[in-house]
Amino acid sequence: MKKSNKKLTSNLITYGIVVVAFLLCQLAISGVIDGFSMSRSLKGQLIPICVYIVMAVSLNLTVGISGELSLGHAGFMSVGAFSGIVAAMWLSKGMGNENELLCLVLAIIVGGICAGIAGVIIGIPVLRLRGDYLAIVTLAFGEIIRNVLNCLYISLDGSSLHLAFNNPNIPGKLLVNGPAGATGVSKFSTFGMGFVLVLFTLFVVLNLINSRSGRAIMAIRDSRIAAESVGINITKYKMMAFVTSAVLAGMAGALYGLNFSTVTASKFKFDTSILVLVFVVLGGIGNIRGSIIAATLLTVLPELLRAFSTYRMLIYAIVLILVMLATNNPTLRSAVDRIVPRLRKSAARKESDQA
Amino acid sequence: MTLFLSYLINGISLGSVYAIIALGYTMVYGIAKMLNFAHGDVIMIGAYISFCATQYLGMPALVSVLMAMVVCTALGIVIEGLAYKPLRQAPSLAVLITAIGVSYFLQNVALLIWGTNPKSFTSVVSFGSLSLLGGKLLISSETIVTILANIVIMIALTQFTGKTKIGKAMRAVSEDKGAAELMGINVNATISMTFAIGSALAAIAGVLLCSAYPTLQPTTGSMPGIKAFTAAVFGGIGSIPGAMIGGVLLGIIEILGKAYVSTELGDAFVFAVLILVLLVKPSGLLGKTVREKV
Amino acid sequence: MTQKPKRQSTTKMVPAPSHGIVPERDVNSRPVLEARNLGIDFGGLHAVEDFNLIIGKTEIAGLIGPNGAGKTTVFNLLTKVYQPTMGTILLNGRDTAGMNTMQANKLGIARTFQNIRLFGNMSVEDNVRIGLHNQVRYGMFSGIFRLPAYWEGERKQHERAMDLLSIFDMQDLAGHQAGSLPYGAQRRLEIVRALATNPSLLLLDEPAAGMNPHETEELMENITKIRDQFKIAILLIEHDMSLVMGICEGICVLNYGRIIAKGTAEEIQNNPVVIEAYLGKRKEN
Repeated sequence: MKKSNKKLTSNLITYGIVVVAFLLCQLAISGVIDGFSMSRSLKGQLIPICVYIVMAVSLNLTVGISGELSLGHAGFMSVGAFSGIVAAMWLSKGMGNENELLCLVLAIIVGGICAGIAGVIIGIPVLRLRGDYLAIVTLAFGEIIRNVLNCLYISLDGSSLHLAFNNPNIPGKLLVNGPAGATGVSKFSTFGMGFVLVLFTLFVVLNLINSRSGRAIMAIRDSRIAAESVGINITKYKMMAFVTSAVLAGMAGALYGLNFSTVTASKFKFDTSILVLVFVVLGGIGNIRGSIIAATLLTVLPELLRAFSTYRMLIYAIVLILVMLATNNPTLRSAVDRIVPRLRKSAARKESDQA
Repeated sequence: MTLFLSYLINGISLGSVYAIIALGYTMVYGIAKMLNFAHGDVIMIGAYISFCATQYLGMPALVSVLMAMVVCTALGIVIEGLAYKPLRQAPSLAVLITAIGVSYFLQNVALLIWGTNPKSFTSVVSFGSLSLLGGKLLISSETIVTILANIVIMIALTQFTGKTKIGKAMRAVSEDKGAAELMGINVNATISMTFAIGSALAAIAGVLLCSAYPTLQPTTGSMPGIKAFTAAVFGGIGSIPGAMIGGVLLGIIEILGKAYVSTELGDAFVFAVLILVLLVKPSGLLGKTVREKV
Repeated sequence: MTQKPKRQSTTKMVPAPSHGIVPERDVNSRPVLEARNLGIDFGGLHAVEDFNLIIGKTEIAGLIGPNGAGKTTVFNLLTKVYQPTMGTILLNGRDTAGMNTMQANKLGIARTFQNIRLFGNMSVEDNVRIGLHNQVRYGMFSGIFRLPAYWEGERKQHERAMDLLSIFDMQDLAGHQAGSLPYGAQRRLEIVRALATNPSLLLLDEPAAGMNPHETEELMENITKIRDQFKIAILLIEHDMSLVMGICEGICVLNYGRIIAKGTAEEIQNNPVVIEAYLGKRKEN
């Protein structure tokens, strides 16, 4: 019982951090307190931060919890973005612009479902492979999705949707215009919705981890053969993690898509998948709270480095390499290991004293 | 028919470039068990060096290639020593992220030095093209040189890994690092050597790539890098002949796919074939399937 | 799901030779395991050949043999980690042809591993809960949205896990990280995890490896206790002859992938072929 309490406390801290951060941001936006406000560019980053948190947490489900390296996470994001945009445009036509929030919610759900379907289709072949081969195939699928979206034309004619491949000559107003992407998108996304989506993602992922299914997923990660030997269906649970992760990425994609007036498939390149993977690795593989913090800091960091303009990506690269070297340095590691348990122990002692 | 032939030859030519890059990937993977994502950017650096040598220093083409090879070899050794060597015991994901960091680093350094504007690369090969079938089939000199270079490198590398002492050491290290060390092989030096060879090959590939496709910019290397990586996996990563076959096949598939299926979907076509191959042979065309020990 | 056994118990006068390694035991119940002409090739090498073994209900059987004789390969065949190239395996009367490890486990075969394969980063209790995966079930949605089925299932899993851990007096370790346990405790935890899957046949791969004589003795008692309490059959690979001879009712000796002898402890100890396999041929003079 003690152990489950510990998990609960840890989860509550994670939720708490998110809620407090959200409230602080709201406070800064409102500008009630003098001197505590947010720059315009930082304000513009709020929704992307939420998006990247959801992306990082969901990728952590695949990479950290399920133990499969995926290099095509941006592919699911793009599926969610485009399907979400189409859904939102179509719905807002039917329901009128007053129902923005409802449109947004439905668009996010549609984005999640479409990405989930893509996850199932991709997961069936991908999850038969292992290790680096699996990684390269997810990369390949990510690129295929991007290529296909580049050739996709969707138009809205009255209340009916037209879909064409490699052919822009379809009736009505083009919503998705091949390589030019989705244009004239209504910016439905709000920071509040982003916050809700982050909470939802945390709720799903944390609860999944601490349940029968989650334990099965982690068992497969730790030892596939042992998991099989106790009767766990490998394919089912790998698929469960992969598709859940895809659904969440799709939802994040829809939120992302509806935050810009123009969205092109080239925004979801291999680089984006890598960027999210960097969040996951720097935050600690399998560490959900770490993913949140890393996604936030690394999305803000390039903004903060704007003063260095031309050098900022160079600095980013150097920081990345140095952090990797430092966190994996055996001497540093053992030093940290020596200090951290001591801190933990003293904290535990305090707790027991209070009890 | 002649059109098909010319596509095929173009495919082999592009594939040969992929193959040379893939060799670097596959050798490094075989020995260090890491995906060196920065490899594609070494190609780009090589091409820039050759470009500068001919353009600004007025050196002859061949000398510029040699210079690119020297610089890239040094670069490969330095990258390995500074960024990868400290991570020998680290989890593979940490090494992967570091490689990505190195990739960003090289791209941004190139961006600072040479700017975003694409440079127009002048081909290093300057003799005329070969005309066959009564002038119906033109094969450019770049194509011929690329294919020849590929064959020469392939033969040289198989001889090197099979016959020489260093080559054998490389194979020993790739099989079992600990055992190789106990046999008195200097593992670190062997890994450095592998990076050096891979990077020198990358320089050649860079020059050949830009001779055929003359736009040179800091991101030039990334897509060919990814495709060459795909080619290495396609052929069975860790296998030298596999990288060669994978590279050439990938090039042919890409060119034919772009010609006959769809220009926009050429890349998608390449990746789709890769997926199909891996589903049938999960460790690539020439890769060995390793049975998991229980 | 479990089919009615095809061969019901026979009450023939002649003890059927097919019941257990030692024919006199358990004549009246059908065997838990029946392996017929089992074999596997690894690229031309016959790792196991002509393997015939019948294990009766609640029998404790031993599989011994020199290093490299193919003992673990037999375990891998029985649990379908490897697909046999020839022969059949019947588990509780059902043919396991074409099944995978997971399906074989659901039919009632569980195992431990020679080189321990615990879920090292997880707690001891979670390891047992994973063993209970198919015994206490609830769906993914109940888990995510914390429906009543979740709470009910978690409570049951906790109770069952604690019960199972109590076999080896490990309840107090429930919250510990499995990978940080001492070696002997890890071996015991693997047995608990396997038992959690409610098997009718438990395979133990060198359960006493790395244990001191005192621990081994305790283990022997516990293995018999488990058999009596759970009414299951146990097949174990072990190099510690005191354990094998002490608790195994039937012993099967393997050498170069073939069975060279079967019988009781006494029979095996005096079998010249077995002695030769272990010690080499006596010099003729």
